[in-house]
Amino acid sequence: MSHGKKIDDVTGVETTGHVWDGDISELNKPLPRWWLYTFYACILWSIGYWVVYPAWPTINGYTKGVLNYSQREQVQQDIEAWKSGHAKYRTQIAEMSLADIRKNDELFQFSIAGGAALFGENCAGCHGRGAQGGIGYPNLNDDDWLWGGDLEKIHQTIAFGIRSGNPKAHDTAMPHFGTDKILDEAQIRDAANFVRSFSHLDVDQEAAKRGSQIFADNCAACHGDQGKGNQELGAPNLTDAIWLYGNSQEAVMQSIRTGRGGAMPAWSERLDPVAVKMLALFVYSLGGGQAEAASASAPAAGADKQK
Amino acid sequence: MNTMDRPNKFLIGGGDEGRPKPPPRQSDYVPRKKIYPKRARGTFRGIKWIVMAVTLAIYYVVPWLRWNRGEGLPDQAILFDFANQRLLFGPIEIWAQEFYYVTGLLVLGALSLFLVTSIAGRMWCGYACPQTVWTDLMIAVERFWQGDRNAQLRLDGQPWTFEKIWKKSITHLSWLAISVATGGALVFYFGDAPTLAIELVHGTAPTVAYFFLGLFTLTTYLLGGLAREQVCIYMCPWPRIQGAMVDRDSLLISYRELRGEPRGAHKTGTTWDGRGDCIDCKACVAVCPTGIDIRDGSQLECIQCALCIDACNEIMDRVGRPRELIAYTTIGNLSNATSSPREGWRIIRPRTILYTVMITLVASLMGWSLLNRADFEFSVIQDRNPLFVVLSDGGLRNGYMIKIANKVEGVRHFKLRFSGPADLQPKFVEFDGTDPTIEVNPSEVRAVKVFLLLSGAQRKELRSDAEPVTIELQDLDSGQTASRATTFRSPQ
Repeated sequence: MSHGKKIDDVTGVETTGHVWDGDISELNKPLPRWWLYTFYACILWSIGYWVVYPAWPTINGYTKGVLNYSQREQVQQDIEAWKSGHAKYRTQIAEMSLADIRKNDELFQFSIAGGAALFGENCAGCHGRGAQGGIGYPNLNDDDWLWGGDLEKIHQTIAFGIRSGNPKAHDTAMPHFGTDKILDEAQIRDAANFVRSFSHLDVDQEAAKRGSQIFADNCAACHGDQGKGNQELGAPNLTDAIWLYGNSQEAVMQSIRTGRGGAMPAWSERLDPVAVKMLALFVYSLGGGQAEAASASAPAAGADKQK
Repeated sequence: MNTMDRPNKFLIGGGDEGRPKPPPRQSDYVPRKKIYPKRARGTFRGIKWIVMAVTLAIYYVVPWLRWNRGEGLPDQAILFDFANQRLLFGPIEIWAQEFYYVTGLLVLGALSLFLVTSIAGRMWCGYACPQTVWTDLMIAVERFWQGDRNAQLRLDGQPWTFEKIWKKSITHLSWLAISVATGGALVFYFGDAPTLAIELVHGTAPTVAYFFLGLFTLTTYLLGGLAREQVCIYMCPWPRIQGAMVDRDSLLISYRELRGEPRGAHKTGTTWDGRGDCIDCKACVAVCPTGIDIRDGSQLECIQCALCIDACNEIMDRVGRPRELIAYTTIGNLSNATSSPREGWRIIRPRTILYTVMITLVASLMGWSLLNRADFEFSVIQDRNPLFVVLSDGGLRNGYMIKIANKVEGVRHFKLRFSGPADLQPKFVEFDGTDPTIEVNPSEVRAVKVFLLLSGAQRKELRSDAEPVTIELQDLDSGQTASRATTFRSPQ
């Protein structure tokens, strides 16, 4: 490389000064000036950006910038704005009865949307993301309700829970027929056969016949003579196609042996009243929700009608 | 410098000695030479004034046109309603998912540009392009304050006297005023113009409106006021493309060299024999807004504004020679000195037929689909979690989210019908009964949750785990129907 400008003889254009293979040189074609100035402008812009916005990490934090801009605060403000925007719905939901909210299209839609989010955060852990439940955790989509499926009953169950310790909670217990030595293993087998015969499952007819008396003596008080259950006591309908703990002989025997008694927290202790109402409306909207009159008049009759 | 003049070592051969030194070359950074276009008078200047007035009027007036769409809907005839993701063109409402109509318009625009260019050259560049219109306007304003070409040249040669400072400032201020008006009018296309106008003045308009007002003020001032012909020469891709669009039969503004050469000054009263009609007065160069000499032939810089035709015709009238020494003519005709410029201008050629056919095709396709598009939209999404629900009687239930979009003015009423395996019973969350009338407000999408129930007794009629189901939507007001296929899921 030589000093000063090197000019290519053929074209008269300055070269970069780099030479390959002894005689191949490269013409110096600088960047277009507009490009270069844009580039300089970008550098200046970035310096301005450092001054105005948070830019550099320091030992204890970062440079705040003269605008004192913070995305975290921005999000806080957005959430506040969102909350105040929804305030009018929330006041209405707090004041109105569940039945009236369901009749108000706007509020109902708002509650379902809000309830879906709350469900995902609070309920999906046990009941599943689609409220489809699992063994021991009821499917909330179906039309079988342990404690009643109209809006008020759903709301009561969510608000105070089941065996939650809350004074208003549903709080009944099924005897532990096996572990408390009320029935022996043979009797349990016979009773299970009888219970399964309600649903025309494949059973030992002889055992079922023996079991019918055991059922009348021990189970009918809660589950009813016909096994239709009682929502006042949370005693499931044993004649329908829905089995919270499975319908195999072994699963039914296990239920009789140890009793069953799932628990659910009292959500009114954790969520605000509006949230609980929104959850009730959401669960109601999943498809199994029942009209007020049907179950309010006679819970047992309602259960009969389902069959 | 022309390639032919350059010494070429491969042709000469044999080393460096005796080779002439190349002339000193200009830097690649060539500063712009300011152009002082002289005012032209004539037919084409007149046409250009009219086109400018019409296009500017369209630009400024359109956002203020009203169109009654009914209660609660914007009454602006043309509105780019980004907040609600729709474009409103009078009675037509284009939703975001139908943006292909806009694509279609762009395709039509491109094809029309091709057609016009292949017939008559860069008509768009010369008359209608916003860059041309606004540059023309800026030049007119400059001329108003600073005088015509010669006065401007004199003014720029002067030291900074009070007169110069005053004239320059008022010019730039006028340009800025035009730019603000341009940016201001643009934002009216994106919001309700009368409301936005008041908000803009009171300082209560959305920040984004001020941003775009500022941006378009800046670009108008920079591109129309300062950069001018450089936009056409360096920034615009069209001059590069047009080479492929024009052919021997396209009209181009051309200097008819056979008639004009040899050029030279002409003394009144002397003979015209043995010389060309061009008196080399450079009137054509003086009026050119891109500062070229049309007599050098068709050039990338030439936007075909036809002002040189006006300038030359005026001179030809004065020296008593026929007009149209510079004229709209075809390359084919340039080889004939005596013929009229447009003799043998073939408009109908394979190229133009092809473009016309394509334009017709695209336009009819768009027109057809616009006429036949449903003014409501209807979609069915089957619940995926859970796929199905077993009911207490052993029956099954599937859930569906049905969305109905009403794209016209006025509330519409719909009914749903379901057909599928066995006797499926619908159940709605928001409605009582199995056959509710669903109301959908104008420009709204309504979501309707529906469950289909199959009784336990009918489960044996299911043949697969996904039986076909058809959901039909009927518009009660017009009788239009639409149906969607979905399935009924079961554990079968």
